[in-house]
Amino acid sequence: MSDLASHLPVLQVLIPLLAAPLCFLLRKEAIVLPFTIAVSFACFAISMNLLSQVLGGDILVYEFGGWSRPYGIEYRVDILNAFVLVVVSGIAAVVFAVGPGQARRVIPEGREYLFYSAALLCLTGLLGVTITGDVFNIFVFLEISSLSSYILIALGLNRRALMAAFSYLIMGTIGATFLLIGIGFMYQATGTLNMVDMAHRIQVLGPTKGVLVALAFVMVGISIKLAVFPLHHWLPNAYSYAPPLVSAFLASTATKVAYYLLIRFTFGLFGAALVFETVGIDRLLLPLSIIAMFVGSIAAIYQTEFKRLLAYSSIAQIGYMTLGLSFATQAGVSAGLIHVFNHALMKGALFLVAACVTWRMGGTNLDVMKGLGQRMPFTMAAMVVAGLALVGVPGTVGFVSKWALVSAALEVDALWIAFLIMASSILALVYVWKVVEIAYFQTPEVELERREPPLRLLIPTWILAGAAIYFGIFSSYAVDVAELAAQQVFMVGL
Amino acid sequence: MGGEFTGPFVEMLLFIFMIGMALYIARMRSLFTAAMLFGIFSLLSAGMLTLMDAVDVAFTEAAVGAGISTVLFLGALGLTTSEEAPDSKHGWTALLIVTATGLLLAYAALDMPAYGDPNAPIQLHVAPHYLKDSEQEVGIPNVVTSVLASYRGYDTFGETTVVLTAAVGAILLLGGGVGRVGAGKGRDDEGGRRMSDTPIKMRVRETVILRVVGKALVPFILLFALYVQFHGDYGPGGGFQAGVIFAAGLILHALIFGLDALRRAIPQVVVEIGIAAGALIYGGVGVASMVLGGEFLHYGVFDRHNPAHGQHLGILLVEFGVGITVTFVMVAIFYAFAGRSRQ
Repeated sequence: MSDLASHLPVLQVLIPLLAAPLCFLLRKEAIVLPFTIAVSFACFAISMNLLSQVLGGDILVYEFGGWSRPYGIEYRVDILNAFVLVVVSGIAAVVFAVGPGQARRVIPEGREYLFYSAALLCLTGLLGVTITGDVFNIFVFLEISSLSSYILIALGLNRRALMAAFSYLIMGTIGATFLLIGIGFMYQATGTLNMVDMAHRIQVLGPTKGVLVALAFVMVGISIKLAVFPLHHWLPNAYSYAPPLVSAFLASTATKVAYYLLIRFTFGLFGAALVFETVGIDRLLLPLSIIAMFVGSIAAIYQTEFKRLLAYSSIAQIGYMTLGLSFATQAGVSAGLIHVFNHALMKGALFLVAACVTWRMGGTNLDVMKGLGQRMPFTMAAMVVAGLALVGVPGTVGFVSKWALVSAALEVDALWIAFLIMASSILALVYVWKVVEIAYFQTPEVELERREPPLRLLIPTWILAGAAIYFGIFSSYAVDVAELAAQQVFMVGL
Repeated sequence: MGGEFTGPFVEMLLFIFMIGMALYIARMRSLFTAAMLFGIFSLLSAGMLTLMDAVDVAFTEAAVGAGISTVLFLGALGLTTSEEAPDSKHGWTALLIVTATGLLLAYAALDMPAYGDPNAPIQLHVAPHYLKDSEQEVGIPNVVTSVLASYRGYDTFGETTVVLTAAVGAILLLGGGVGRVGAGKGRDDEGGRRMSDTPIKMRVRETVILRVVGKALVPFILLFALYVQFHGDYGPGGGFQAGVIFAAGLILHALIFGLDALRRAIPQVVVEIGIAAGALIYGGVGVASMVLGGEFLHYGVFDRHNPAHGQHLGILLVEFGVGITVTFVMVAIFYAFAGRSRQ
């Protein structure tokens, strides 16, 4: 247990976890910013390494305190969670480099280091939830990520950010409490908290009343965190009033981790047979996903504020992910996972565009974006690229997602669902075109000279927008990993 | 402890009190009274937990629920009014959802093993190992501390980080008493509701009895906290409880003798360093065990010849880390509230 490589699973979470209190001691922003960037890069490198180690089908296990299963807590890395770790830490590596941005005006003077501390805690929580093999440990790290995201959202410039953070806090706490009640029932039924051990015991038990009620509480709890329709009401306010950089991070990571939990609990803990055949959750999840696809997209069309438009679009995109799961097939889960990766890229890019616009215009009302196509050509070009990806134009990651989803739908002979996926894409075209039209074909009320945001803002934006094209053309890498993950989930379970 | 002699009557009675209290709090318009009643509710549940022989949990509930959170509620009320704004909406949907949730819980209870059933799954799988082998493996008599700080020590590190996160939020959003840029405009839509209770605090400071009793009591509270901190291996107690008790002693002092006296003794910078230091001690113990060739938080490696001795040392250190972080986080949250009300 002495070489560094064997400690990689714990270092994945431990590095940002220890970096957060270290920010308190470093204090000076000139030190804390490069420190945070270095930490996020280290996390990304570790996650890539972990993914490469597990792609062959091996599973990495790390036993905390040297206590073996089921007496201690263990980390357990397989393809599924290594894939999510890469998404989360990759987005962090891109976004954290920007710093607090406009939120600086809300942060007490000289306290910028606390912003970085909160961001690192959020990263810690999300990574910790994803990597762990212990259900109570999920709850503990979910608390870290939730608390820190409430804090980050409350730093929005608009005063309503406080209220948005507060209602997210209430909803998020209800979600976490439901998850905890569910975990409590699972513990009561099995006497263990270790996920592998618990899965075996639930399998033996079958659908007892306690297990069924646990399933109900766990699913509702996660669905609140994931913003599954109709439990999505916290999301538009939270994402539109939060500082744009925070929205960029949370929109591309937090809901993705919740989706991971949904898959993990479904296949890893309760088992597909119980969830789909005995209870038939797919019969509920399928219509809800389709409604989300349409309600989210239609609401996005009517928005007059860019970030709010993106937030409603997220609700629709989450619908695509849960739709994939509701097919209860390997192809469906794989399609959902591909979309996790792809949506993180495009929504991250779009919220970073919002950050650029905020830097320039002080806000992201669609009114102030009139004619920005000429005034911020590079920023707006990134918006167009990521927007086209959102629609699902060939050559972008969006197309890869839609292709996988439609194939998965056809595989279960659901031609009508394939048709609905296309129809909702047309709605996405409408709201993306609305922004493009305003940015390129409307004249601004006041003349402004051409000026781009600073490179530390523009480069991250283009990294994500560029990735949205790169992985659209060279799609095999991400698609292969998602398919392997789905395959492992179906074959091995946990 | 309870069980046979008292029968379930005491439990029943406590439950009835708790339900009554919960309903009363829900109907209560006065937030000041509600905060006080919350304290009583926590004390009742601490009693309940004691009857269940979960003394460590009971102790935490009493210290956190009835102690420090009541103080923090009061601190928050100092910034707002102590009366709830009337709500005209009838939450029928809410009632429906709550009822459905309650029925679901009741349904699950049909399968629940009887209270204290020795054949319940939780009594047969992992727990017996802890009860039987922990004293030999970890070397301390308090099984709860063994589970909390060693078998599941990583969860406890996570919980300590949750507490630290709370402090980050309080200082970032409330300004740590230093004032926030544009704090005056903070929540202009809520009008001048913020500083309504200062007379209460003034009166507290003028009361001779409180000053004398406070002065005499504070050192004993701090001493008791240290006892709870370092006796956690043998009896109920540990870093969380000790931290909140220590902080409660400090806050009590500030409430009676003024915030400035405490700020002079423990400036904001010290508080912030303390918050970080506790978490870093905890993490540092884990890293040290990695350097010595074990897994993270594998205390056994601290003493190769007698792993149980190493376990004892590790637990002592991480509990100390928890105590430090919890103490300073509570003080930081108090500073954040109290500092704001004076603006």
